[in-house]
Amino acid sequence: MSDLKRTPLREFHATHGARLVDFAGWEMPVQYRSILEEHKAVRRAAGLFDVSHMGEVDVKGPEALRFLNHLVTNDVAKLFPGRVLYSPMCYPDGGVVDDLLVYMRAPEDYFLCINAGNIDKDLAWIQEQAQGFVVTVTDRSADYALLAIQGPTAVAIVQSLTGAKLDRVGYYHFVEGTVAGVQCLISRTGYTGEDGFELYHPAGDAVALAEAVVQAGAAHGLELTGLGARDSLRLEAGYPLYGHEITAEISPLTAGLGWTVKLDKGADFIGRAALLAEKTNGAANKVIFFKTGDRRIVRADTPVLGLDGAPVGRVLSGTLSPILNEAIGSALVTTAAASAPLAVDIRGTLINLQLVKPPFVQLKKAST
Amino acid sequence: MSSVPTDLRYAKSHEWLKPAGDGTATVGITDYAQNSLGDITYVQLPKVGAEFTAGQVFGVVESVKAASDLYLPVAGTVLEVNTALDATPETVNQDAYEAGWMLKIKLADPASVETLLNAAAYEKAIG
Repeated sequence: MSDLKRTPLREFHATHGARLVDFAGWEMPVQYRSILEEHKAVRRAAGLFDVSHMGEVDVKGPEALRFLNHLVTNDVAKLFPGRVLYSPMCYPDGGVVDDLLVYMRAPEDYFLCINAGNIDKDLAWIQEQAQGFVVTVTDRSADYALLAIQGPTAVAIVQSLTGAKLDRVGYYHFVEGTVAGVQCLISRTGYTGEDGFELYHPAGDAVALAEAVVQAGAAHGLELTGLGARDSLRLEAGYPLYGHEITAEISPLTAGLGWTVKLDKGADFIGRAALLAEKTNGAANKVIFFKTGDRRIVRADTPVLGLDGAPVGRVLSGTLSPILNEAIGSALVTTAAASAPLAVDIRGTLINLQLVKPPFVQLKKAST
Repeated sequence: MSSVPTDLRYAKSHEWLKPAGDGTATVGITDYAQNSLGDITYVQLPKVGAEFTAGQVFGVVESVKAASDLYLPVAGTVLEVNTALDATPETVNQDAYEAGWMLKIKLADPASVETLLNAAAYEKAIG
C-alpha cells in the first residue's frame, strides 16, 4: 500500500488496531474492532472518525457568492457567516460532479468540503468554471485534517474540550475556536444522522487532537470508528454517497434531492436548464430506498426485478442495518416500476423489497 | 495472529475439520477466515441428508464486506447443521472452532481426512 496517500493519523490508527484499506487512493481505517459494533456505538454513545482524506477548498473574492451560486444547485445566497449549506454541484446535463458542504466565513470568504475521491476532478472543474469571475480558488486539502465526533454523547465530549458555547451552535452551523488547544473550525454537521461535530484543524495538530478526544470520550462511551461504520450509518440515515446514489449519470432530482436544487434562486447555475426539463417532464428513473426483512445483504449492482421478473433497475448501495438487523439499501429503478412490487434474486431466492422513506431509524440530530 | 488448534485438520480454502474418530467429523471455518471476512452477517447451510463430493460448495458465508462460498474439504453426508447461526451468525467471529461450528458430517471415507493439511501446514499456508 506504498502508493496510497496517508492522513496524519495513519500511525494512530495502526497503533489502535485498525484494519487499513485502500479507500479512493487513501490508506484508511475501515474498522478497528467490528463494523457492526462501531455502528452501534455511534447510535448509542459516540464514535471518532478520521475523515482527513476529504478535500478542502477556499473560495475568496468579491464575486465569491456570485460564482458559488453559479457553481452549485442549492442557494448560497441564503448563507450568513457561521452557516453551512449542503449542495450538489452539477454538469450542464444535470449529472453530478460531486456533493459538498459550503461554509460561509465572511462575505467574500467561503470554504468548501469535497469528497476525497473527487479532489482532482473537482478542483479542475471549479477552476475552469471560475474563469471570468473575480474569485480565487485554492486547494487547502493538504493543510487540513478533519475529525468527526458523532453520536448522542458527542456534544458533551467536544464541550469538555472547548470554551466555545456549543449549545449556541445549531445543526449546520459552525464557529471557529480551540478544541483541546487546537485551532478548529467547529462544524455541527456529520454523515451519520446523529448529532455531533466535524473539526477542521491544521494537519500537524491531528494526533494531539485525536488523543485528546479519545481521552475525553472514554467517560462518554466514545469508540474509534472506521469508514465501514461510516458507510452503514449514512445509508441507515438515507444520505447519498457520491458514486452510488448520485453520479455523473444520476441527477439530484432522480436521487430524491430536489430540496437541494433551487431552480428559482435567481442565478443561472450549471445544470439548471437540464434539471428544469427533468422536473417538468418527469425523470425516467428514480432512486428508492428499501429493506427486506432478511439478513442477506443485497449488494451494489444486483439487478432489481419488476412484477413480471424482468429487470427494472439495479442496487446502488446495500448493507445490513445493525440496528434493524435486516438488509437495507438503495436502488435506481424506472419511475414506472417504482410504484409496483420489486424483488431481487439472491443465490436463487427471490426476496421482496419493502420501500422505505429514509431514515431507516429514528435520528436524534440537533435542530437547525 | 490467528489461532490454529493442533487437533484439527485444514483446507487451503480455510475450512477446518475435526474427526470424531467414529467416521463422523465437525466442519467450520478458521479463525483466519473469520478475521479476514470481518463481521459475519449470514450463514447459509445445507439441509440434513445432503451429500457432497470433496471440494464441493456446501454453503455461503456473508460478511458486511462480501459473500464467500464454503467448500467441504472431503466427501460426506450432512448429519447436523448449526441452526443457531441463523439468528447469531456473529458466533462464527467470536468462536470459530467451538460454538461457531457449521456442519456435522458422516465421512464418505474416514481415510480422506489424511489428505487435509495439519495445523503446521495450514499455518504456513496463511503465512
